Formats: sequence, C-alpha cells, structure tokens
Amino acid sequence: MDTVDRRIVNALQGGFPISECPYEDAARDLGLTQGELIERLKRLCADGVLSRFGPLYDAEQLGGAVTLAALSVPGERFEAVADLVNAHPEIAHNYARDHALNMWFVIATETPERIRQVIEDIEAETSLTVYNMPKINEFYIGLNLAV
Amino acid sequence: MNRIAPSPAIDDLDRRIVKATQSGLPLVPRPYHALAETLGVTPEQIMDRMRRLLAKGIIRRIGAVPNHYRLGYTANGMSVWDVDDAAVAETGAAMGQLDFVSHCYHRPRQLPIWPYNLFAMVHGRSREEVEAKVKKIAALLGDREDGHDILYSTRILKKTGLRLVD
Repeated sequence: MDTVDRRIVNALQGGFPISECPYEDAARDLGLTQGELIERLKRLCADGVLSRFGPLYDAEQLGGAVTLAALSVPGERFEAVADLVNAHPEIAHNYARDHALNMWFVIATETPERIRQVIEDIEAETSLTVYNMPKINEFYIGLNLAV
Repeated sequence: MNRIAPSPAIDDLDRRIVKATQSGLPLVPRPYHALAETLGVTPEQIMDRMRRLLAKGIIRRIGAVPNHYRLGYTANGMSVWDVDDAAVAETGAAMGQLDFVSHCYHRPRQLPIWPYNLFAMVHGRSREEVEAKVKKIAALLGDREDGHDILYSTRILKKTGLRLVD
C-alpha cells in the first residue's frame, strides 16, 4: 500500500456517489483519474486489503435479524466444529478468540425466526450449547479506520 | 430447508439489487448502468432504488470495506464489560463517543459462563495499543464497572458479510 492507496481507503469508507460515473466523481475529489481509481480498487480487493467495495447492507433493516453467538469448543474438535458452523450460509463472520468461549460468530438471517432455527441446528450438529447474545441496544457504528 | 419468504421491507427489485451488489459494485466506469443491464431495468431505476435504500438505512454506506488484518490492525480486541444494568445506557453512550471504539453494544449476560453485558470493539496494531485504549475506557467508567476482559481474535474462520440466500 502506498500513500495513494491509503488516501483511497481513508476517503472512501462511505459516501461513494450514486451517479452515472461515480468512480470519476470520487476520483476527482482524490486528484486521480477514473481509470487509476478503478485499477487501484481492483488491486486492493484482489490483495485482500479490502473485503469488497460497494454497499454495506444492514440485515435488520432488510427485515432480517442479526445476533452474536458463542461456543465453548474443546480444542481437539475446533476445526471440525468451525466447518460445521461455517457451512451455514447465515454465518456472516466467525472468529476464533482466546477465551473459554473460543468461537464467536455472527448469524444474519432474513427473518427473526430463522435465528432460532440456525442455533438449534448448530446445537444438534455439534452437541454444544450456543450462547446467544443478541444486541439489546447499539451505541455507535462508525468505523472509519485511519490507515 | 424451507425457502425463506422475501422480507416485506424490500420488494423483488430491491432484493435483486441486494443480491447483485452484496459482494461489491462492478469496478467499471458506469457500475449502476452495468447492474441495470444485468437486471434488465433502467439505470435510473437502479440509482433511484439505491438512493432510497441508502435513505432508509437499508444500505448503511457505500464504499470500501477494509480488512482490518491486512491494514495492520492485527490486534483486534473485543473488550467486554460487566456494568450495572441501570448504568448501561449512559455508559454505552460514553464509550461510543471514543474514536477508537468501532462498535458498542449492550447484550445479555450468560451467567455463569459470561458476566459481561457491554461489548466494545477496539482495534489496534498491537495488543499493547489495544490494552492502552482499554485502560482509557476503564478510567472513563471508574466504579461503574464490576470487571472487564479483552478477547482477541486469533483467527478469522469466516468473513463473508451478509448473504441473501434462496
């Protein structure tokens, strides 16, 4: 990543235009050409610096539901359980964490009722207790990583 | 598996737009036109719909979705706090004001295994950096907390984001 890449990542974490030529509009603000911006975004995505470039959807606003859940997985079963959990398309993220609750995942479903079903399926498949921790309240979502 | 009924929050065209863009916008000079061609509608329809989805908060934002790890933020700590339920709203609001806290949520405890009810994600380039930030939170909370911990992610097992499935 060079300084231009950093400027792109810092400036474009939101606010990308909805217009006929949005890359051209965004590139102008960054002092780049449209072609330069598109090529750099392609490379940042291909290199994995960006997970993707585009709209970030809010599952709950889509009428669905999201929850954070955790498992306490015995070490020797960790990979097998990760595969079972990840096989559900409703698992949006899954992280290994260093705690007795060592696997933490986000379940995003199109309907609130579906969350319960996914949890029951995972419990049946793994014979483990899923600790469900749906948000009660949200105080801030504004990640703007400075790089 | 049962087919999930489309949500009433969005209609069929919205849904097709979500499905076509949830992995990213086309990286071409006229991405909304490209989407319109794929979906068999006009570019104006695509742009109108996306403006409306943005206005309604269904699209949180449009832009770069960074991979923290690849940006050097390798020590991402989930700080978790045991706060008196009566003080959670006030405490959460104060924590959410901190510029290094990216998400802050009130969640239910899972006693006895899990006593924590406030979750704040803290991103850092090292564990030392995360710990220094967590100390700042602890100082802010003072005696409003009965304990805290930091859970570091040691590995991403999956990161696909939202996926609409049929």
